[in-house]
Amino acid sequence: MKDIEKGKLKLNTEDDTRTLGLRIAEAAEPGDVVALIGDLGTGKTALTRYIAEGLGVREQISSPTFTIVKEYKSGRMPLYHFDVYRLESGEELLDTGAEDMLDGDGLCVIEWADKTADVLPGDSLAICLEYGESEGERIAEIL
Amino acid sequence: MKDGKFLTLGIETSCDETAASVVADGRFVMSNVISSQIDIHTNYGGVVPEIASRKHLERINDVMDKALSDAGVSAGEIDLIGVTYGPGLVGALLIGVAAAKTMAFALDIPLVGVNHMHGHIAANYPEHHELEPPFMALVVSGGHTEIVNVTDYNKCEKIGSTRDDAAGEAFDKVARVIGLGYPGGPKIDKAAKSGDRDAVHFKRVYLEDGSYDFSFSGLKTQALNYLNSERQAGREIKVNDVAASFQEAVVEVIADKAVSAALEFNRDKIVMAGGVASNSRLRELMEEKASKHGISIIKPSPVMCTDNAAMIASSAYYAHLAGESSGFDLDAVPGLEF
Repeated sequence: MKDIEKGKLKLNTEDDTRTLGLRIAEAAEPGDVVALIGDLGTGKTALTRYIAEGLGVREQISSPTFTIVKEYKSGRMPLYHFDVYRLESGEELLDTGAEDMLDGDGLCVIEWADKTADVLPGDSLAICLEYGESEGERIAEIL
Repeated sequence: MKDGKFLTLGIETSCDETAASVVADGRFVMSNVISSQIDIHTNYGGVVPEIASRKHLERINDVMDKALSDAGVSAGEIDLIGVTYGPGLVGALLIGVAAAKTMAFALDIPLVGVNHMHGHIAANYPEHHELEPPFMALVVSGGHTEIVNVTDYNKCEKIGSTRDDAAGEAFDKVARVIGLGYPGGPKIDKAAKSGDRDAVHFKRVYLEDGSYDFSFSGLKTQALNYLNSERQAGREIKVNDVAASFQEAVVEVIADKAVSAALEFNRDKIVMAGGVASNSRLRELMEEKASKHGISIIKPSPVMCTDNAAMIASSAYYAHLAGESSGFDLDAVPGLEF
């Protein structure tokens, strides 16, 4: 994804997460993939929610853990929100019908993307999220 | 038809259960076969879709045969086929939908596609023969947390739902955090029985005044923060206390909101449904809070709380009575809304 600076970013508050989400949404083009990597509670879904906000998605973004993927069509381009935690391989991701979405008309945001890294496009924007030093703080490493 | 009874064959493959059931007149369960895949999934810490859909395919014919033989009926005596077409995992749903269409075509009988969530509510009809709409329904499962105003058998309106994680998902995730493993719901329920629910304070998230929506994603973060601070302080973590405290925070908010909804819409019954409806503390607290307002709580037995096909057959029966039917172009809809 162009226009997104690589490197480490300190997210001190939820507002910083929102700023990052909005910036990703602004830079996104159809067919782009954002690969989110990080433990439980590091803010993957929160970041996705702000990307959705930036795209102009009006629906509520709820967790896709149960159904693997949820689609939102009300923004300036479709948003495909994946949670692949329960998958064991990239092949399984393709089995869910993800191939059309990965190379499609919208933005794919994939939580736990390290589980299916083998089938994600090489130019995916990978973001590793980690806990910071204080309770609300997170570190985002953009690769 | 058999002995003057209208027979529905229900088929359910939306997630990790391959299930088939014969229900007479929408209310009498003649057979209820569930081929649970829980043992397979325990190895992976969750439902694995690829395995789920392959297993559904391997088991669907045997499960349907067993449903017929357990009921003591032949395929030719079935009057209607009901099948879950969403929401769920697409590969899993497709197996059930294909089997249902084939049966309906071969037997030349009507077919009704059923919303899995409507099915969960309908699970109460075979268990409580006197139950009729209207009522307030609380659907709580791994993928859903919804308060639904049910005005008729086929008419319901969602008035509240989760804004992030479903209740069952919160149980799964926190169970993972505190090392209890999968499936999180039953594990936490059991651990909580010998834990102190006031030991750890988890914030109750009620959102805006008058909202029937839920938010549970903050709970896993709270659990993580608590564990970290305890570990840093070198204190021993009492898993049962954390489980009991977390569970209390979830079920208290759910029970409060469900009872408020019933009061606002003037309903004298709350019908529980979905896997989390078998949580023992949720049942207890619902009874306690509802009885203060003269509201009765109706709940299915644990087997009818989980994914099963009897609930799908019952829901299909009432849809059929209302004149609904599906064509052979019925397709799986993974993201089907309420």
